[in-house]
Amino acid sequence: MAGERTITLEVQRFHPEADEAPYLQPYTIPFSEGTSVLEGLQHIKDRLDGSLTFRWSCRMAVCGSCGCMIDGEPALACRAFLRDYAPGPVRVAPLDHLPIRRDLVVDQSDFLAKLERARTYLIPADERTPADGAYRQTPEEMADYYDYAQCINCLLCYAACPQYGWDQAFTGPAVLALVQRYDLDSRDAGKDARRAVVNADTGVWGCTLVGYCSEVCPKGVDPARAINQRKPASVADYLLGWLRPSGGEGTP
Amino acid sequence: MTERSVDSDLVIVGGGGAGLRAAIAAAEADPGLRIALLSKVVPMRSHTVAAEGGAAGVARADDSLAGHFTDTVAGGDWLCDQDVVERFVAACPEEMVRLEQWGCPWSRQADGRPQVRFFGGMTTQRSWYAADKTGFHLLHTLFQTTLRYPGIERYDEYYCADLLVDDGEACGVLALEIASGEPVRFSAPAVILATGGAGRAYGQNTNAGIVTGEGMAMAYAHGVPLRDMEFVQWHPTTLPGSGILITEGCRGEGGVLTNREGRRYLQDYGLGPPEPWPRPKAMELGPRDWLSQAFWREDQAGRTVPTAQGAAVQLDLRQLGEARILERLPLITDVARRFAGVDPLHAPIPVRPAVHYTMGGIPTDAEGAAPLAGLFAAGECASTGIHGANRLGSNSLAELLVFGRAAGEAAARRAREAGRRRHARAAAQLAEAAARPALAMLRNERGERVAALRDALHATMERHVGIFRNQAGLEQACADLAELRERYRRGVRLDDRSRIYNTEWLSALELGHTLQVAEAMACSARARLESRGAHRRDDAYSERDDERCLVHTLAHARGEAAPALEHAPVTITRAAPQRRAYGAAAEAAGGEGA
Repeated sequence: MAGERTITLEVQRFHPEADEAPYLQPYTIPFSEGTSVLEGLQHIKDRLDGSLTFRWSCRMAVCGSCGCMIDGEPALACRAFLRDYAPGPVRVAPLDHLPIRRDLVVDQSDFLAKLERARTYLIPADERTPADGAYRQTPEEMADYYDYAQCINCLLCYAACPQYGWDQAFTGPAVLALVQRYDLDSRDAGKDARRAVVNADTGVWGCTLVGYCSEVCPKGVDPARAINQRKPASVADYLLGWLRPSGGEGTP
Repeated sequence: MTERSVDSDLVIVGGGGAGLRAAIAAAEADPGLRIALLSKVVPMRSHTVAAEGGAAGVARADDSLAGHFTDTVAGGDWLCDQDVVERFVAACPEEMVRLEQWGCPWSRQADGRPQVRFFGGMTTQRSWYAADKTGFHLLHTLFQTTLRYPGIERYDEYYCADLLVDDGEACGVLALEIASGEPVRFSAPAVILATGGAGRAYGQNTNAGIVTGEGMAMAYAHGVPLRDMEFVQWHPTTLPGSGILITEGCRGEGGVLTNREGRRYLQDYGLGPPEPWPRPKAMELGPRDWLSQAFWREDQAGRTVPTAQGAAVQLDLRQLGEARILERLPLITDVARRFAGVDPLHAPIPVRPAVHYTMGGIPTDAEGAAPLAGLFAAGECASTGIHGANRLGSNSLAELLVFGRAAGEAAARRAREAGRRRHARAAAQLAEAAARPALAMLRNERGERVAALRDALHATMERHVGIFRNQAGLEQACADLAELRERYRRGVRLDDRSRIYNTEWLSALELGHTLQVAEAMACSARARLESRGAHRRDDAYSERDDERCLVHTLAHARGEAAPALEHAPVTITRAAPQRRAYGAAAEAAGGEGA
């Protein structure tokens, strides 16, 4: 179509059976004002090269599937627009710090394993049944944890975190924010169960306060705040641990 | 060929709300059960995540189960199975409380009790909500809760390619591990399909890319009829072009729809008068079928607003004020700013209808059992009978909780009674046979691109099986779909022939299923010679016909041929069919019955 704008996407490719190392492949595609980077990738896959591999699903920034590095910044491909990278080229690569499975697809299993270990679910003081009715929780009490409950598990913060890049044992921003999400919930009594993960060297103390995780979060979760909010309590746990040999199991 | 196999007591296909709720219910019912939970995406990526507005369950002192029942049956244009609706509405409140106790951050009243909001077609406030991210919070709460149960073994990013059926009993599934492309056989005496709807049969839809209908298609191919597939819901407020959902919660909070002339046009479609506003079951809080049909008529009359992505009307939230918009509708605010370039604090959002929900599906009883021993279905892929010809907003999140749980419990009973390994030998052979066509596609040298066939499917469905239908168009759609299925059989040519994470291959496999479901939709629509709910005709059948058509449609697959259609009775317990009425007409009738 006359006057149609085009842009070149330089997409990082890697097939574990065929390639020794990742390389960049350029694709030139048409775009308009509202074309997202994800739609650009879909155009390539549908029309130009069906072997280009990436994850996507909701295309409205809530499922967390399509995180990647766009011009070196972690972003959701569905929420980034080609107009903002014109005239290009724009470089699209898999999320930093995570093993590449193929092209833009990374291995998420480390994050999922950490989520399980951290017990990021509500652990009540007493098991309730529906007959007991809903808990009362005022809007003010909800505000204590609400922002941390907005995490879509997109892993952009892991790609942003230099500490995680250096040491994958670090529990990392999203999981620690989700720990704080439950620890601060007035309905929860599971803080002790999560304490070991938080207080370990790989827990909140692994964070070196860079804060890039919070900058890239598409949902305003602010994991850096969650982690640093937790450090004083972690110090208290540590000191109480000296006073009480059973410190790890006690109530702070 | 399928060296890998997993023997379980229960296989659940789908990790969205229904699948997760079923898994938790089965694990609670029997902690010793080995439950294999397969999903083609990591569960929190499932499409439940995109639900926005709310989940229905009677909560207020001025509300009643009878009220929820009546609204649902009237909203469904009397095609609901009323015995199932009775059980459904009775079970909803408990499920909402249960979810609260698992940590769901429901929006609250000042005193700490959960808050409920208005939704279309509902007499009073009964939709529990978590701002405008209800599905997101519901899904993450369920997902995180599953982590408590060691009996639930997740198989993330496994694509279920076929159901294994031996001697009239479901005995497992054949899946492809996406990371490796290797076939894996899952055997169990009970299988729950929780694979979601088939909205991706259409081009313009609110659905995630994964909503391709394969659960329905697999059951269908194995002899289970699909029920009421002609009833496809258009959500009236989505972004033009992308179809991204703009929740009904916007209108529940007091947002209004205006046409090109600035008129609240719904008053011209039996939904007025416009004031006072907001009020239940009137104007913008009418049912989705009526609102989408009203848009279509406005568009025909030239009263819509042109945008770069097509015709639209205006959804105006400004009168809600900034504080309320940001508190109740934060996602919508972000979505409108990002994806439509409109700030709803200062300007109306352009919206239009797009396909949203598949009312029909795999027929089940109130326990989630399908008409095939060992097979259960829950969530959007199922047709429990509660939605009839038009689902009310916020009944689907409630449905996946209520019937996810029911299916989980019933399947757990079946698993205990039937025991493992009865079909082990047959399952191995069946898995071999099931894997063969999928693997053969990787070697196919001739044929068309996936996108070419998919674009043709979308064009046919949008054009001929739309908000308004007619006989000639439906005949054309059935013919087009038969031809598209034939083209698909002749061959899909893949650029990508490798096994590892081959998403082009997966989309080709999905497309085969979507085509079959789409054909069931079009042929079911052609056979319904009346207008009811979301199935609206502008030909000789423009009225509801209870005399001849107060029946379910059952489509039976016949291999390569078009489906065979039959009809089955609707269960009516206490609400005899009446004329549907909203706005002043309903208010004149005392709000009863309609």
